[in-house]
Amino acid sequence: MTTSVTPAADFHQHALALAAAQSAALAQQDNSPLWMTALREQGATDFARTAWPGRKTEQWKYTSLQAFQDFVNAEWAAAPEVAAELTTQAGPYTTAMGSTVLSMAATRLVFVDGVLDMLASDALPAGVTLFSQADAATGKIIADHLGKIAGSVDAPRRNLFAMLNNAWTCDGLLLHVPRGVTLEKPLYIAHVSSGAGDQAEPAATVANHRVLIVMDEGSSAQVIEHFVGSDSGQPAFVNALTEIQLGNNAQLHHTRLNMEDEALSHVGAVHLNLHRDSRFHGFTIAEGSRLKRIDYQMNHCGPGADLKLDGVYLARHRQLVDYHTTIEHRVPHCTSKEVFRGIIGDRAKAVFNGRIHIHKDAQKTLAELNNRNLLTSNAAEIDTKPELEIYADDVRCAHGATISQLDETALYYLQSRGISPSQARVMLSFGFINELLQGLPHEEVRTALSTHLSALFAADRALVSDVGYSGHPATDDERA
Amino acid sequence: MLEINKLNAQVEGKQILHDLSLTIKPGEVHAIMGPNGSGKSTLGNVLTGRDGYEVLSGEITFNGKNLHDMGIEERAREGMFLAFQYPVEIPGVSNMEFLKAAVDARRKHLGLEELSSFDFMKLARDTSSKVSLDPSFLKRGVNEGFSGGEKKRNEIMQMMLLEPSLCILDETDSGLDIDALQVVASGVNAMRNSERSFIVVTHYQRLLDFIVPDYVHVLAGGKIVKSGDKELARELEAKGYGWLESEVA
Repeated sequence: MTTSVTPAADFHQHALALAAAQSAALAQQDNSPLWMTALREQGATDFARTAWPGRKTEQWKYTSLQAFQDFVNAEWAAAPEVAAELTTQAGPYTTAMGSTVLSMAATRLVFVDGVLDMLASDALPAGVTLFSQADAATGKIIADHLGKIAGSVDAPRRNLFAMLNNAWTCDGLLLHVPRGVTLEKPLYIAHVSSGAGDQAEPAATVANHRVLIVMDEGSSAQVIEHFVGSDSGQPAFVNALTEIQLGNNAQLHHTRLNMEDEALSHVGAVHLNLHRDSRFHGFTIAEGSRLKRIDYQMNHCGPGADLKLDGVYLARHRQLVDYHTTIEHRVPHCTSKEVFRGIIGDRAKAVFNGRIHIHKDAQKTLAELNNRNLLTSNAAEIDTKPELEIYADDVRCAHGATISQLDETALYYLQSRGISPSQARVMLSFGFINELLQGLPHEEVRTALSTHLSALFAADRALVSDVGYSGHPATDDERA
Repeated sequence: MLEINKLNAQVEGKQILHDLSLTIKPGEVHAIMGPNGSGKSTLGNVLTGRDGYEVLSGEITFNGKNLHDMGIEERAREGMFLAFQYPVEIPGVSNMEFLKAAVDARRKHLGLEELSSFDFMKLARDTSSKVSLDPSFLKRGVNEGFSGGEKKRNEIMQMMLLEPSLCILDETDSGLDIDALQVVASGVNAMRNSERSFIVVTHYQRLLDFIVPDYVHVLAGGKIVKSGDKELARELEAKGYGWLESEVA
């Protein structure tokens, strides 16, 4: 093992070597379907061809990939031969949400480092298939969509890690909801990073998560993806890619919770195609690890499609959270509404880049984008950038990005009821994001998140804003 | 209860209150009337200690304590309550959480135990029904999307829960229809007793038909220019404020 510092480009080479080794191992098992082999090869080729991003690369301008050096000698965690072993060893998982994976009225599937843990999971419900167990029919659905939704926009550097995910894919989950069907129970997918290196010789681990959701015409479903760490303190790199195809008039509630612990780096993306009159209601939260880069690439492909995405990010210590969202309005009469709020404290940094691209034919588009941030320390940083490109002339498009302060009048109001300035600031800072949590459709998720986060705000003042207050000196319980 | 002695106060560098003196004894209801800009709301904000409302000279003692050294929240815990003219909307903070935090702070100050969530929930529900506010309002963000009347009823509910010794109602009647006004007034009247005092700040005499004051003061140009009993309010209603201003001048 080398101790010298090597440039980040080495990760590029190393990632390819991992992919090649992986492919070779899988080829020997001789049961990989052709589409998967093709996807891996295509991914490796694309990834090799794309230059590794530097500081001049717009898409990665604010996020250094230097952190990936830790994974140059990473253990490959998702090799199928270790899967059987993991299913008997895994769990219970402690998570950043303070408990095991959420218990809720849903079908629960637990993936450990990208591999299904059957002991911790419910039986696969109708419509859910593992890539490795696909038959001819489901194989065709996968082959028709996998890698194609993520590849449908020509922006290679934006999709760098999607290519890598393709190159590394050896399994994944397909949810296929047939025409007119409503998925009876929500599907809850926990992606656990075990950090399961040998205790005596800790090693970084790498995990590849892949989800494909194909909703046929008039179908409806609710999916929750929950990314959790194991508190093992071992560095882990997660590359998680979700592709979603919404057929005509299909509806999906999609919640993506990124709650991994400090040692983890997460690069994730949701790629989404919306066809005529379909509806997508998404929620995403990022909290708790040293690097999170999450891309939402959303494409309006048919008129009348409606999209709503709420996002929350909380960064403290030296964490970095980077959200890049892109909406391609290609067709007329579609709507999109994005609301993102973040709180950044300590020496942490957050990036929000919200791009709305309204093509020439996308008349009667309604697009809204709102990003508000609270900075709670002088050393914290936010880079927020709404990016609008509009080529149609009959559209309504509103956008705003602000760095906010707590409302002085609200502080006064709370204090005038006997609440200490300190507690008032906790309540208002948490309230700043709680407003978005209240929009979550699942009560269990809403309650679990609220409970976890309000405790976090009470315990760590890194997320509590002092700005906007210049009142009386601290009272007794203030100093305590 | 409250003793204001030659109070001079300014807001943003502009002096609003001039040598204002007022004594309120336990159980009394004082109405303060006056034209717009006479300093009525300033008085409420000075009493609660809002930032930016600066006392230049004079003294205020509340329950025998000098207010000057007390923070906003300390005054509240001590039993002072201001019903806001424009209650603040705070999305993301639930009404229930807000009310419980306020009641806990007051009880702690009085040396009482905090109520359990269950007991508090019951108390809050009972109280909300007294001001004809549906219990579902407890789950919503503080005043979020409430109508004008609902906000004012929420203020009175807070007052009932906190059981203050001095209640300052700042134009609580503004923007209320007659039904809402009666709900608010009966809430206030139910709380009247020999220990609790009220300052009712209003522009109109109408509210004083429902909350009958012991004393009426007219504030003009930042000072009390005339004091009397409830008949003074009727006189003002009939003649307006103009005659007083000319009388003073």
